[in-house]
Amino acid sequence: MRLRNTAGWLAWIAVLCALSAALAYQMLAAEDRSLFLPGETTSGHHQIELACDACHVDAFGGGEVMQDACVDCHGDELERADDSHPRSKFTDPRNADRLARLDARWCVTCHVEHQPERTREMAVTVPADVCFHCHEDIAEDRPSHEGMGFETCASAGCHNFHDNRALYEDFLLAHAGDETPTRRLNPHRTPEKTAEGHAPALLPADADAGGVRADPAILDAWASTAHAGAGVNCTDCHGQGARWTDEPELEACSDCHEGETEGFLKGKHGMRLDAGLSPMTPARARLTMKSEAAGRSLDCASCHGAHEFDTRRAAVDGCLGCHDDQHSRAFKGSPHHELWVAEQAGRAPENSGVTCATCHMPRQVHRRGGEALTRVQHNQNANLRPNEKMIRPVCMSCHTLAFSIDALADPELIRNNFSAEPARHVRSIEMAVAREEDATRPTQGNDPRQGEQQR
Amino acid sequence: MKRRHASLTLALLMVALPLAGCGGGEPEGISPQRMADALHAVMEADRTVYTRNVVNRLQNEEDVIQATEHWKDEKTLPLPAQMFRMGSELAARNTDEFTYSLQSLWPINKQNEPRTDAEKEGLQYVTENPDENYYAEEELGGTTYFTAVYADQAVAEACVSCHNDHKDSPRTDFELGDVMGGVVIRIPRS
Repeated sequence: MRLRNTAGWLAWIAVLCALSAALAYQMLAAEDRSLFLPGETTSGHHQIELACDACHVDAFGGGEVMQDACVDCHGDELERADDSHPRSKFTDPRNADRLARLDARWCVTCHVEHQPERTREMAVTVPADVCFHCHEDIAEDRPSHEGMGFETCASAGCHNFHDNRALYEDFLLAHAGDETPTRRLNPHRTPEKTAEGHAPALLPADADAGGVRADPAILDAWASTAHAGAGVNCTDCHGQGARWTDEPELEACSDCHEGETEGFLKGKHGMRLDAGLSPMTPARARLTMKSEAAGRSLDCASCHGAHEFDTRRAAVDGCLGCHDDQHSRAFKGSPHHELWVAEQAGRAPENSGVTCATCHMPRQVHRRGGEALTRVQHNQNANLRPNEKMIRPVCMSCHTLAFSIDALADPELIRNNFSAEPARHVRSIEMAVAREEDATRPTQGNDPRQGEQQR
Repeated sequence: MKRRHASLTLALLMVALPLAGCGGGEPEGISPQRMADALHAVMEADRTVYTRNVVNRLQNEEDVIQATEHWKDEKTLPLPAQMFRMGSELAARNTDEFTYSLQSLWPINKQNEPRTDAEKEGLQYVTENPDENYYAEEELGGTTYFTAVYADQAVAEACVSCHNDHKDSPRTDFELGDVMGGVVIRIPRS
């Protein structure tokens, strides 16, 4: 009897150990940790939801640890956006009563993960009228806001919590009278650095593929690119001798294209790689993708091709090869696409067409040490959410501010890829103009007091 | 609770600061009031220098560059109040030993009007008594703070013209030397 009890206990302990080992393996070693997911993640994080430590960087940390993880990925972007509500605005003790209602010092106060049942657009998990907590008396200063619901502040095309670069009052006033601008051409990209020590231009006969038997078509493709033109030879990407690889890693590209790679890794296309996971595939996407593309692994060559590196192909076909949602499908019937076709046919100036990349991966001018460099933003999310982020760097190249605000506030227009006039009208510019006229009217004096200034 | 005090004695502080970390027994430490006064001396000096020697000189006297609210977009100088607040926000990132803010009974941005009782009473007091400071203790969010309020006066024409001309300013009759607001410094005590 006693022996049987001992055997039973041993068996029980063995089962527990096996279970623990299985769970420990799942948590620490296996890529699929879905067993531990407490709830569906947001669209922003779902790709990396199984890299738990991307956000939970320390099992024993508190709110500060989680905050650091948020800032680590999103901090630079908020800084660039001139965040209207940075944490530093709330840390003064004078806000203690406000923090008791809404502790805005922490990202996770408004953006709680794994809570699909209460997650709204922009991964916000607090009620839509959250602005009420600090701006409840806004109508006293802005009579035009009387009767407006607080749930409309950020949903009507007028304000954003973080990024108001295209929406702040003086910007609206500065562009209130704008006529449709002359279309601004996309800037030319600044050439990357040339490979030091190489001849300035290479021909197919110069290829240093070593013992590898190179396909003549590949050599021709390579010879037609800026790579060959800048002296970048086969082994510069594929490696030399024993280190030769048929499929170069991301590092081969990032050696010269550092900024582009950084953007790629921050966006939806590369964030899995950045989190140490396997590459993103269309099959993992929540957006509608083409079934035939489901298994493609996303890296630089997915859009640029392995040897052609054709940016024109990447700018449209690179996207439409996978994306199959309504907005993507409507592109080829849109006025934007017509401009692209005209440019391709030589009926319009170079860089005048509008592609997927023109809006989602725009060419941006950076200033470094007094030098202007034009780079392609490879983080497709950098100007996408909220979509008003796109107004200044993209839309206003060709459209007025008023049109841009209206267009981006019209979900149906976005779905059909801007193939008609906006059906919605956001009155923010008229309201700003009316207030300005009131303030400057001699008999009115300086009555209204501020509301939305940044400082 | 409230203690009123004439302006700081910086010389005493200069003696106390080095002693605080030296040998020869337990450091006496610095009283919150002395610390607040010293902090304010630096803030006021920097603020005055920027307002007079940068903004007022370049904008109002030499007409070289403007100082505007949207200085990034407009490639101009930050306004003196913005400069002060940016410093305050940066300091708050680096230390929780104290906080400071610029407030006014007539703020251009309503978020900068006094909110707590000590702020309201302090702003009123220094407005009526520009040569004196206001000191108090207050409890906010379960923490007791030593709170000091210092008058913030118009030191240059740039201060007066900007506030008088701004469409959001609730007061438009400021003159040079007027108290336009106050600097509030808080030091946690518990």
